[in-house]
Amino acid sequence: MATKTTTPTGSARLDVRKTYKLYIGGAFPRSESGHSYVVNDAKGKFLANAALASRKDARDAVQAARKAFPGWSGRTAYNRAQIVYRIAEVMEDRRPQFVDAVRVSEGLNAARAGRVVDEAIDRLVWYAGWADKVTQVVGGANPVAGPFFNLSTPEPTGVVAVLAPQESSLLGLVSVVAPVIVTGNTAVVCSSADRPLPAVTFAEVLATSDVPGGVVNILTGTVGNTAPWLASHMDVNAIDLTGAAGDPEHAARLEEAAAENLKRVRRAPAAEPDWSLDPGTGRLTNFLEVKTVWHPVGL
Amino acid sequence: MTPTSTTASASSAAAGGFDDVTASESSLRRFLHGLPGVDQVGAEARAASLGTRSIKTTAKAYAIDLAIRMVDLTTLEGQDTPGKVRALASKAMRPDPADPSCPPAAAVCVYPDMVGVAKETLGSSGVNVAAVATAFPSGRAALDIKLADTRDAVEAGADEIDMVIDRGAFLSGRYLQVFEEIVAVREACGPAHLKVIFETGELQTYDNVRRASWLAMMAGGHFIKTSTGKVQPAATLPVTMIMLEAVRDFRAATGQMVGVKPAGGIRSSKDAIKYLVTVNEVAGPDWLDPDWFRFGASTLLNDLLMQRTKMTTGRYSGPDYFTLD
Repeated sequence: MATKTTTPTGSARLDVRKTYKLYIGGAFPRSESGHSYVVNDAKGKFLANAALASRKDARDAVQAARKAFPGWSGRTAYNRAQIVYRIAEVMEDRRPQFVDAVRVSEGLNAARAGRVVDEAIDRLVWYAGWADKVTQVVGGANPVAGPFFNLSTPEPTGVVAVLAPQESSLLGLVSVVAPVIVTGNTAVVCSSADRPLPAVTFAEVLATSDVPGGVVNILTGTVGNTAPWLASHMDVNAIDLTGAAGDPEHAARLEEAAAENLKRVRRAPAAEPDWSLDPGTGRLTNFLEVKTVWHPVGL
Repeated sequence: MTPTSTTASASSAAAGGFDDVTASESSLRRFLHGLPGVDQVGAEARAASLGTRSIKTTAKAYAIDLAIRMVDLTTLEGQDTPGKVRALASKAMRPDPADPSCPPAAAVCVYPDMVGVAKETLGSSGVNVAAVATAFPSGRAALDIKLADTRDAVEAGADEIDMVIDRGAFLSGRYLQVFEEIVAVREACGPAHLKVIFETGELQTYDNVRRASWLAMMAGGHFIKTSTGKVQPAATLPVTMIMLEAVRDFRAATGQMVGVKPAGGIRSSKDAIKYLVTVNEVAGPDWLDPDWFRFGASTLLNDLLMQRTKMTTGRYSGPDYFTLD
């Protein structure tokens, strides 16, 4: 994307090309397989080479997410809200880069790409606000026929594999990742295969916005390489199949694999939803386990 | 391995052919310092290159099962309880209760006071009980206390004794004292096998590791073992490789085989397979047997089991499905 300029000595300056890498455990490794793939823009013109994640990258990502889970879920909801809000702040700071990435990836004009980025940032702020409110809405005191306090509280389910939407490379990505982490889960995300660049930029934002390493891990590449391994992985607690929208056979195979350890599954929609609509609380509550405590009332 | 008879005297317990070497402090020192020096850069490069071998599919399955059979499942904590030792012993007999084809571990390694509990649980399962003795892990006690510690563990039913050498004496050059101590402990072991721990993390140089290896082998140790697991660095691949070279050269010189046990710091199947490759390449396939090579480990076993499960089921397993220990 960079253009040739001249240096003070008059010689042509060489482009500094960026290597688009994975994001695992707070670091940016290349794929373990050493493979990369060509990413084109919406018009089919070459954009970049991105890392092609392999099953072993998926395995490493799950390990990193599992390691990060106790620390992240143990933070106060208020602190998680602050951090998710911080992601929005840093995204705002890098707005031009995101607008550019969305524009070339999704083939939008600059004005529409700008609106998409605004919506993505607003969505993060919106989900950040939910961090310390979801317990009050979903949990509560239950009336029981006995001398007990009976209290239900939602807790994060654990490591969640997320197949991010294929079409909406930034707004869709943020809309599926934010609700998973804001409640205390950690995530392994397979980005859009054809439009991974906004996801890589988003990973760079995560790395610089106080999100502990491993809380979000982002794998670029074809879903077929990683999703089946994540779906069958016994140490993954839930899977969001949004990215398999429009491919019911593939989604069914993933659901079957996920059944082995009774993962929570958010099923693939028939078609990718319109991400600009009000998201509701569905995605927030999908990946929670309700813990109910009976406590005797003092006589 | 043939256990020596309980009546063997100290001198005959020691390997033959070295009587003149071990006759005096000065001859022993001359011999140990006359051993060829270890090329540190070369040894590390060689070990690193052995660690790059790719072991896949059926070879990997074989290596994992072999590694499981070689594990000395270890718990050496002040907080050990009989319940913990019983749980560990059960795990050693049936590492993966969900899969009867999974082989048992080689031994359970505990402090001497837990030997009885371990023995009671293991019974005649074929899994040995190893006890650390001789004022483990520092080895700082008078000889008669160390010998009493050893006899105590053997009487309680230990099949193997893991002794520590006196690193202070070794590093200050009193080799004969270390030698005689090993001989005395070997005698106190009776029918039990003796593993000699060097604590290579405290020996400073690879040359010292080679010297300690020869010293222990000449004194009649059945196994030489890298470390207690209480000092960092514990087992490393270059150190283990140097010890494997020593046992190989010792067999070439005397015809007697001595086992090797790296302990501490080996946590993943990948690491374990690197060690097995090194055993095969350096000492030879004769040592690829639980009688001649062991892993002192606790967390390694779970990783081996997870890899084993991955290979049989085709999906990644998780720590939720194996015991905590």
